[in-house]
Amino acid sequence: METVNIKINGIDVAAPKNSTILEAAKLANIDIPTLCYLKDINEIGACRMCVVEVKGARGLAAACVYPVNEGMEVFTNTPKVLDYRKTTLKLILSDHKMSCLSCVRSGNCELLELCRDLGVEATDEYAGVKNQFELDTTAVHMIRDNEKCILCRRCSAVCEKVQGIGVIGANERGFATEMTSPFGLGLATTSCVNCGQCIAVCPVGAIYEKTAADEVLAAINNPEKHVVVQAAPAVRAALGEEFGYEIGTNVQGKLAAALRRIGFEKVFDTNFSADLTIMEESNELLERIEKGGKLPLITSCSPGWINYCEHYFPELTENLSSCKSPQQMFGAVAKTYYAEKMGWDPKDVVCVSIMPCTAKKGELARDDQNAAGVQDVDYSMTTRELARLIKRMGIDFKALPDEGFDSPLGSGTGAAVIFGVTGGVMEAALRTAVWKLTGEKDGTPIEFKEVRGMEGIKEATYEVAGLKVNVAVASGLANANKLLRKIESGEANYQFVEIMGCPGGCVNGGGQPQVHARIRNFTDIRAERGKALYSIDEKNTLRFSHENPDVQALYKEYLEKPGSHKAHEILHTTYVKKKVHDYKI
Amino acid sequence: MSSKICSVPFKGTKEQEAQLKAIIDSLRDQRGCLMPIMQKAQGIYGYLPIEVQTFIADELNIPLEKVYGVATFYSQFSLYPKGEYKISVCLGTACYVKGSGDVYEKLMEKLGIAGGECTADGKFSLDACRCIGACGLAPVMTINDDVYGKLTVDKLDEILAKYN
Repeated sequence: METVNIKINGIDVAAPKNSTILEAAKLANIDIPTLCYLKDINEIGACRMCVVEVKGARGLAAACVYPVNEGMEVFTNTPKVLDYRKTTLKLILSDHKMSCLSCVRSGNCELLELCRDLGVEATDEYAGVKNQFELDTTAVHMIRDNEKCILCRRCSAVCEKVQGIGVIGANERGFATEMTSPFGLGLATTSCVNCGQCIAVCPVGAIYEKTAADEVLAAINNPEKHVVVQAAPAVRAALGEEFGYEIGTNVQGKLAAALRRIGFEKVFDTNFSADLTIMEESNELLERIEKGGKLPLITSCSPGWINYCEHYFPELTENLSSCKSPQQMFGAVAKTYYAEKMGWDPKDVVCVSIMPCTAKKGELARDDQNAAGVQDVDYSMTTRELARLIKRMGIDFKALPDEGFDSPLGSGTGAAVIFGVTGGVMEAALRTAVWKLTGEKDGTPIEFKEVRGMEGIKEATYEVAGLKVNVAVASGLANANKLLRKIESGEANYQFVEIMGCPGGCVNGGGQPQVHARIRNFTDIRAERGKALYSIDEKNTLRFSHENPDVQALYKEYLEKPGSHKAHEILHTTYVKKKVHDYKI
Repeated sequence: MSSKICSVPFKGTKEQEAQLKAIIDSLRDQRGCLMPIMQKAQGIYGYLPIEVQTFIADELNIPLEKVYGVATFYSQFSLYPKGEYKISVCLGTACYVKGSGDVYEKLMEKLGIAGGECTADGKFSLDACRCIGACGLAPVMTINDDVYGKLTVDKLDEILAKYN
């Protein structure tokens, strides 16, 4: 690698050619503060927080976009630089809603941290008119409070570039500039897919999920209700971050223990219904291949992706697996099979899900998701909401023992837990499909490493029992868009496709703990969290979904076999063809 | 949320749409074609309502937000049509000093619209302008080609009544 030699604060640094001052400084362990900068997503040098002195240069340079040159001398913490940054912060604060005491981001606000580090107090030095913006509460999953917005544009950048959607942006001009959806109609009227990636990248508390915590606690305290909870695979790979664990720490045991201490009557695992999904979906795949059904079959676990497909590729809804997502399958089974087993009236069962996802909140109220005549799942909470609830309930998370999930809806195989990472649903389905195609023998291959990894699009071809199966995996909706265009144009011929709405899959979902840009810009958090899931899979004695004994029992006692009439009634759903721009005036 | 959608019903015709479509087709392969297309669209319709912006977005296969962001950034683009009677209040220095700011505010209140907008019946639109060269009559406003000078807020009802 070609390098250039520069000096930063007097320290010699050999930085890769074409790197920025910010990246070079990182090599010398010098932290330059940023606010708007997000690597590969928002590189606009707009907030001026990262300014540094460059010897010989006119004015101060924005380190996030300024490339290094041979012999360059940079100073990152001179009085001039620090003073400039302080002024910038004071100007931001002069039009910032000072609700820090109750703000959801108080503990991990990037703006607050900078003010503290640079010694900026709330001051009236630049007091003047403050913008008065309306809250946007129209969306099912989130609230936007533009009085806290600092106009960094991280949200619109991730929406447009990473997700290829672009339903929010900077509107109006100058002081009146506001991040909104067009024509002040509110996010709900747009083709927003509810992925929540905007929330995940917001440096402040301007965007946050609508919380179900109070309703969930009320249900728990209602003696007439049976409140059961399920936790998605990706939650265990990230929840620990909220309690000081390193990124990629598996906290499955403490997660179960915490849920039990919050007061849930039964603590279950979405891994159970992930295994169930594989039973249904691999059956659907083989059926479509054998009977000449619509191919490629495309997975349906990710509600952000489902929303995207309905709005942006309505014709391809026919390719979607009719399987409900694992969250919904869980609720459906909990309120039918399990409620019957327990002698509970489905109306008295409150099903709560803990999800790495904000789109799951929208999935709850979809049509055709009410197997027992009542909504399959009642409340969906994000990983972040759960962390706050654990703190609210006075639970010392780190001191919790490792506990297991309850039986029977708490058992999951290794195939289920990798649902939380891109390629995981594909791999889990391949395990069971290959097993079926090759005569249900022992020694079926377990690992399909071609579909693992953080690349946006992955392709592989497998020859199984004389059958050639082309598969593809995409995560992040801009990547999905590329893949779907190839399918629509006939350029690619796949039999099975996995799509997850968020880049890297659920581990990087819009409901996961927010990671400070300082870490995010230099660490692939998706890969770290993904590793935790692969390691759980590897250690599991059961690694095929069809080996899950409780899933086997469910079929034996209730559903008969995958794809049966009853399975269709309870576990499958339908989709709607929509348009990209379909506002109602 | 308060909608920024124009309350004047959209009266675009098939001919106008065909005209806009032809313009988009001739420009769509050019880099940076959005603004010229929007300018021409405003030329055709007189303003850029949600119907026209959505048509442009769908044709160019870009988000509506992209079009709307540009439309609200540049003051030359308007989300609202001009009324049958175009009221223009001079906010130039002389008029402003003589109280045209109050006149402008009062008109917004009386018409129930903000500057740049049009009343729902399509009758009046209200804009601010800079010096029209009649400083001796300050404060001044025009309604179409009629000029009104030495204005006070008390005179507005009488003036507006002429056009009702």
